[in-house]
Amino acid sequence: MVKVALIGAGKMGLSHLSILGAHPNVEIVGVCDTSKLVVEVLERYSGYKCFPDYLKMVDESRPDAVFVSVPTKYHYPMVKELLNKGVHVFTEKPFCLNPEESSELAQLAKKTGVVNQVGYHNKFVGTFREVKRLITEGSIGEITHFQGEAHGPVVVKKKSETWRSDPNEGGGCLMDYASHVIDLINDIISPIDSCKGSMLKSIYSKNVDDSVYALVSTQSGPSGVISVNWSDDTYRKMSTSITIIGTEGKIVSDANELKVYFKGENLPENYSKGWNVKYVTDLTEEVNFYLRGEEYSAQIDYFINAVIGANDRNINTFDSAWKTDKSISLIKKQSIL
Amino acid sequence: MERIIFGDNQFFAVNHISDEKSRAQSIKFKDDSAIIKTLDIAIASGINTFMCTTHDRIANICEIIRKDPEKYKDFKVYPCMPYAHKYANAVTELGIAGTLKQYVPGNFVTSLFKGGVAYLSKDFISIMELMIDAEMKMFTGINTPVIFLQNVITDLLLGLGMEDFLVGYAKYIRQKYNAEPGFITMNLPKLLNVLEKNGIYNPIICTSINKVNFRMSGGKDLYEKVLSEGRCRIIAMQVLGGGAIPAGEALEYVSNLPNVESILFGASSRQNIENTVETIHHYDKIKNEKLVMN
Repeated sequence: MVKVALIGAGKMGLSHLSILGAHPNVEIVGVCDTSKLVVEVLERYSGYKCFPDYLKMVDESRPDAVFVSVPTKYHYPMVKELLNKGVHVFTEKPFCLNPEESSELAQLAKKTGVVNQVGYHNKFVGTFREVKRLITEGSIGEITHFQGEAHGPVVVKKKSETWRSDPNEGGGCLMDYASHVIDLINDIISPIDSCKGSMLKSIYSKNVDDSVYALVSTQSGPSGVISVNWSDDTYRKMSTSITIIGTEGKIVSDANELKVYFKGENLPENYSKGWNVKYVTDLTEEVNFYLRGEEYSAQIDYFINAVIGANDRNINTFDSAWKTDKSISLIKKQSIL
Repeated sequence: MERIIFGDNQFFAVNHISDEKSRAQSIKFKDDSAIIKTLDIAIASGINTFMCTTHDRIANICEIIRKDPEKYKDFKVYPCMPYAHKYANAVTELGIAGTLKQYVPGNFVTSLFKGGVAYLSKDFISIMELMIDAEMKMFTGINTPVIFLQNVITDLLLGLGMEDFLVGYAKYIRQKYNAEPGFITMNLPKLLNVLEKNGIYNPIICTSINKVNFRMSGGKDLYEKVLSEGRCRIIAMQVLGGGAIPAGEALEYVSNLPNVESILFGASSRQNIENTVETIHHYDKIKNEKLVMN
């Protein structure tokens, strides 16, 4: 059994906790949260041992691994302490407030040798995994352009302030929403290493951006557009999509549906010339416990398997999340110029 | 329960395989009259049960049903609560405590917070009961013989080991609404074990059952084994595997499974509704003939 503790039982934290609670190889040894109400309910009904102080929790409950799902600004100090204690760490996205902090943690994780993973769950979505496979094989030829998009109804009116509306805590559409798109492009194509122009616009929020538009290019050469808006209430929930145009074809994918067009006869297995449509149902492996999308269970399975040494532990590493933080920072800096 | 139950995903742009189709649905069902028109087609095809989320727009549909008691006299609604996105968005904005304050009627939660740390166990079950009442308000005067807990909540509680809430839910639905409690889940084998352990036998469970192993946690073989044991009353949902299986093939598979009491499906067009109903009846007939011959 892998002994796991969790810091921050908010929306993501409770989701992680439920998936972990149902996991056959996991024992939950402690939960830390600042809400008395949440702690009371978890102690009474789930029987978890709860702690007001995360360091005390780690010292007393001796977990093998800790999940960190607290506002972004606390990731750096907490994860640093955890790495120094030699425990495996899964932390929510985005990784840190700036790439300097992320870089330090990525190096520290390498030094201590613990398993380190960040919650960019799209990498566990069947359609996006298939896009990565097709691009890695060079199946659409040389990439000439890409477009990464995300839309959703997070801030659709002027409303009360939370940590998500505070730029100093890691709030805003760029950090919270666009980070998913940036991370996907970094993974599927190559890390975004320059930004030619960007606009961060507030629509309803006072202090943070509600939409992000950027022209970017990547380490391996291809350039493209990022267009993200979390104030679009024509969407029921977050919708992330990526379009990649190549000399031999084109890929259009979201988390549900993958459409691929091939110009010529040089085709990957199970694809034909012209348009091909595949659904996530064909590309998703069944999980042992389903809560809110296979990808949320799959990323936790992957982490637990990494802890017990059953995989290459190379998806969503701190190192990859540091590169994403660097790309985020480039877009932010360019918007101020 | 009736053999065929009509669902509501298509009305609220819930489509598991295509964002484009989801937008098309959202355009088609912009007006409540379009929803009613489709429901009337379903009724004309012989379906008299509508299973629906406690979405704000369902309140309008209930209003229309209440105004025409003659036309809808045999019509039953199976509410599924809560409409999770409403709460999920609220938690993002207000936090968990803030969300409770917003959605639990009266000053109950505020007084709880003022009361300090020593809450009684009963209080949390009471909060849930108040939230059930808030969700059920729109169904006043409508026949709701089965009331469901949505999968995201059932499965969240299941993972967190909060079995008391599942038991409390079942108890309250029976007591207050004189209805059967139902549970929607993506984890049938695990849920059924937990319910039985807590003394809830032969429960009504609505769960994903299809030929392609889509959203069947633990796998199709385990599901088929559980079904063969006849330990629960099953409504099969997502029988088309999110649209990945040809309809005829999908319905043949589900119709032939043992102990599946009802099949839930949603569709937008008259042709799809009528075809689905006909196909299910067709396979049921073949199955019954086989049973008689044996």
